[in-house]
Amino acid sequence: MSKNSSGFMAWVDRRFPLTELWNEHMARYFAPKNFNFWYFFGSLALLILVMQIATGIWLAMNYTPNSKMAFDSVEYIMRDVPWGWLIRFMHSTGASAFFIIVYLHMYRGLIYGSYKRPRELVWLIGASIFVLLMAEAFMGYLLPWGQMSYWGAEVITSLFGAIPWVGGGLETWLRGDFSVSNATLNRFFAWHAVLIPILLLALVVVHIIALHRVGSNNPDGVEIHDNEDEDGIPVDGVAFHPYYTVKDLVGVGVFLILFSLVVFFAPTLDGWFLEPDNFVKANTLKTPPEIKPLWYFMPFYAILRSVPNKLSGVLSMAASIVALFALPWLDRSPVKSHRYRGGLYQLGLGVFALTFLVLGFMGSQPPTPAHADLGFRFTELYFSFFIMMVIYSQPRSKGYYVGTLIVAAALIFGLDWLRVGDIPVDIMLRTWWIPAAYWLVFTVLPLFTRLHIPGDVPTRVTSR
Amino acid sequence: MTKQSKEEVDPTRRRFLVATTTVIGGALVGTALVPFIESMEPSAAAVAAGAPVDVDISKVEPGALITVMWRSRPVWVLNRTDKQLQELPKLDPRLKDPDSEQPQQIPSCKNGHRSLKPQYFMCVAICTHLGCVPTYRPEIAPPDLGPKWEGGFFCPCHGSRYDLAGRVFKGSPAPLNLPVPPHFYVNDTTLRVGELEGGGDENWHPATW
Repeated sequence: MSKNSSGFMAWVDRRFPLTELWNEHMARYFAPKNFNFWYFFGSLALLILVMQIATGIWLAMNYTPNSKMAFDSVEYIMRDVPWGWLIRFMHSTGASAFFIIVYLHMYRGLIYGSYKRPRELVWLIGASIFVLLMAEAFMGYLLPWGQMSYWGAEVITSLFGAIPWVGGGLETWLRGDFSVSNATLNRFFAWHAVLIPILLLALVVVHIIALHRVGSNNPDGVEIHDNEDEDGIPVDGVAFHPYYTVKDLVGVGVFLILFSLVVFFAPTLDGWFLEPDNFVKANTLKTPPEIKPLWYFMPFYAILRSVPNKLSGVLSMAASIVALFALPWLDRSPVKSHRYRGGLYQLGLGVFALTFLVLGFMGSQPPTPAHADLGFRFTELYFSFFIMMVIYSQPRSKGYYVGTLIVAAALIFGLDWLRVGDIPVDIMLRTWWIPAAYWLVFTVLPLFTRLHIPGDVPTRVTSR
Repeated sequence: MTKQSKEEVDPTRRRFLVATTTVIGGALVGTALVPFIESMEPSAAAVAAGAPVDVDISKVEPGALITVMWRSRPVWVLNRTDKQLQELPKLDPRLKDPDSEQPQQIPSCKNGHRSLKPQYFMCVAICTHLGCVPTYRPEIAPPDLGPKWEGGFFCPCHGSRYDLAGRVFKGSPAPLNLPVPPHFYVNDTTLRVGELEGGGDENWHPATW
């Protein structure tokens, strides 16, 4: 549109770069033409964010952030407010849906190497959004003031008490009282409804700006801007609008069907999306028989409690999230997509996904020594993946793999040695082979096969 | 310093002004943050609600446990039987901190029974692992706790085990013994929680709640 043209859009464009923005981010933003199923989840995450903000505002119209009235006001929303039940179930189901979508979105980034140069900042901003999302979900969970709300908040805020010297004071400062109380509820409401949504929205905008500066990755890990035609348009790119807006609408349709099935027919999803204990009002004198977080925190919760020492457990859980931020600097291989990373790396990715699911399951189980031990084994596998990434970053000598195996064996033995006295030795003897087999496969197979060697990366995107 | 024309920039002067403005501005912003950080501390009402509490122990029968509230935390008073008291020293090898070396109690309770008088045991009923309330399980060797159970406190959240002096067993995720708060005998049948005899120690904090 030229500056001289008349009409409403021209009037606006002279005052605000509306057409320019639209072109930069939609109509003239060229995305690789080989996006597949995994590329639905970015736009779906945005849809849920908008939905959570909208339903959240409507819930806040009737919710009372006071420890004496909060539980009842949620029941009031459910029973007396017109359509209140729908808005609340959309919000509670939306929280779980948000994590499903975000975990899939992150796994997409993992398998296609979207965290690598030049997209390190896109990944770091995304990881920060994930941390904020966890804080948002945790604080929102206190608001209904049910048994699990209260005790979950008590447990998580007490994690800060594990920090040497300042922990106790920090814990009281966060809670605003000597235990989780009305003061805690009030501030969590303020943070959940105002502070974190503002930060989330800002970071999402920054995430997209950073992405559009470097361009989207794709399942082949090919930089499409390396092949541009004479107009500077990537030959393997298509305009985001209309091609991907329309494609994403299909994803939105399928998602909304599944989402509605849960909202209308199984809003608690058998205790996985809303826990039965949380339909009981918070009682500060009676702990529920078993405190567990909602499913989306369970993998990290399993890591926390499988380490038989409070401070080490808290540090391990923190490390499991910090490791995500370090990803661009752990994996130094120039090959982005798993398609060309070799069979062993693909196996590693599969085992990592499985590890995350198993850790989630362990987090939902009662805290027996056998479960704690199995949780510890899968915690070892979780961190092993990140170490394996470093080792598979470049070709290594045979001696390097042998040395790695010896170090891994020593570490596995050493960590078990530290657990003697906390976990019965016969239980440890039944499971030590899990991390041992992992490291045997990933260090011995490179000695005899070529499964660890990356293949040739095409220069143009493929039609797969 | 040589005389300069009006258009010329004096970098030394400019650097000095930028540095002083940054330092003073930073100090002002830092000062302005103080009320916002302090505002998140417990309010005067919350502090007042944390005042000492008197507990009547005259009606606590041997073997019985009562729960009172202090600083919105449950505090137990347990009247231990002679048999229960005799068990305590035998458990020492199975405990993480049998001699109460960690500062989880007021100094006057750093003894084998972790109390002022052997009979009456007081502690804050908050598991030192992740802040749950343990359960009082005085029975001997119940099926769910195993044959070695001699009576004690069991945390249902993550399986921490304590003996009847609140001392944590080895193998529990909890790192420390249950905290014994400041308290003293006002008279033979009244305990005051949250204060030492003659006042003081109101801001007592154990290593971990």
